[in-house]
Amino acid sequence: MTTRMMEIWVGLFVAGGIAALFMLSMKVSNLSTYSSDKGYDVSAYFEDISGLKVRSAVTMSGVRIGRVKSIIFDKKRLSALVIMEIEGEYDSLPDDSSASIYTAGLLGEKYIGLEAGAGSTDCEEFSMDDSGEVSVEDNAGKDCAPKSLKQGSLIKLTQDSLVLEKLIGQFISQFLNDDDKKEDVKK
Amino acid sequence: MINQIQSLGRSALDFFERLGRGHILLLDLLKGIPSVVVRPVLIIQQLYSVGVLSLIIIVVSGFFVGMVMGLQGYNTLVDFGAEESLGVMVALSLVRELGPVVTALLFAGRAGSALTAEIGLMKATEQLSAMEMMAVDPIRRVLAPRFLAGFISMPLLAAMFSAVGVLGGFFVGVGLLGVDDGAYWSQMQASVDVYDDIYNGVIKSLVFGLVVTWIAVFEGYDAIPTSEGVSRATTRTVVHSSLAVLGLDFILTALMFG
Repeated sequence: MTTRMMEIWVGLFVAGGIAALFMLSMKVSNLSTYSSDKGYDVSAYFEDISGLKVRSAVTMSGVRIGRVKSIIFDKKRLSALVIMEIEGEYDSLPDDSSASIYTAGLLGEKYIGLEAGAGSTDCEEFSMDDSGEVSVEDNAGKDCAPKSLKQGSLIKLTQDSLVLEKLIGQFISQFLNDDDKKEDVKK
Repeated sequence: MINQIQSLGRSALDFFERLGRGHILLLDLLKGIPSVVVRPVLIIQQLYSVGVLSLIIIVVSGFFVGMVMGLQGYNTLVDFGAEESLGVMVALSLVRELGPVVTALLFAGRAGSALTAEIGLMKATEQLSAMEMMAVDPIRRVLAPRFLAGFISMPLLAAMFSAVGVLGGFFVGVGLLGVDDGAYWSQMQASVDVYDDIYNGVIKSLVFGLVVTWIAVFEGYDAIPTSEGVSRATTRTVVHSSLAVLGLDFILTALMFG
């Protein structure tokens, strides 16, 4: 074995190893979904986010347009504050869009689905500063063109995560109430 | 009675003596690394014999492990109608556990034993003493390049094992059993995190590479310079490094994913 052949083999070996690492990073893991372009942050309050995780998908019409950036429990409002990072190219979402927590498949992961609103017509602007304070700004008299979500916007309309136990509980209590009514009628 | 207690004490002392010598050798090896880096020819030779020659066994076993995972995983998951998650199962178990651990075990058997036998034989034929006579430090000239080569090779081999295993799972799951092609990759990408899973796997394989080559080099250097001593040292390399890998794997897993 000449030194040259040996060096070629070692070079191939190292290149193969790095190619394998590259394949694992890009093809197997979620590195390719870490978006490089800077998006903007939008927040929303939910009463119940159970199952939602940081880096869960944020979708609109089923297309992923962002990710959950962080989930905080707001001590004052006693509800969960979810901050989502929307990719920069989707910069024209109406600011009265609503956010709901859905489940992918029967037992799948939770994700946030945004539904576009009509675009706000009132001239109030809700915004949230870094400490989580929500302020209402009255812009009456200014130009009231339909606004879109931007950095720091707060989504007002939210729908909570569906919890199976709560659903079953509701169903059972309804069922029991129905039984009670029937008995009342018999009496 | 007294003799038994004596022999017990002696074996305990022997154990600690070897442990101490092993760690002193590790320090010497680390000190020797800078002098190796300036002579890359030495590392390339060792990368060839430690890394390139282990390539075939690693790639072939990786492919078969992946295929078995695909087959077994499919049979279990199909009961729950979750065969789409096959990619997740194969990728996570390979990247987190099987890749580093099985590669380290094979590496101990293939490269570690060869290192021990080579160094032990050098000692038995007094090549190492001859080097010392010529004022060449055998730790820097012989042991450190082998140690560094093992440390570099292990993560590369483990990455190849995992990558080929994922392809093996793909071959069986998608090719033979009819799991959806897109679901295999997309669910994998959704569940495997590059920092939590891939990088932790690489860290594991780095640790295993260090431990396996360290044990192999030490056993060779510490071998009794007879043919029997070399054969015992080779056996000990495989046994001790396999045990060390499995034990460390538990500790690392508990630290990383616990």
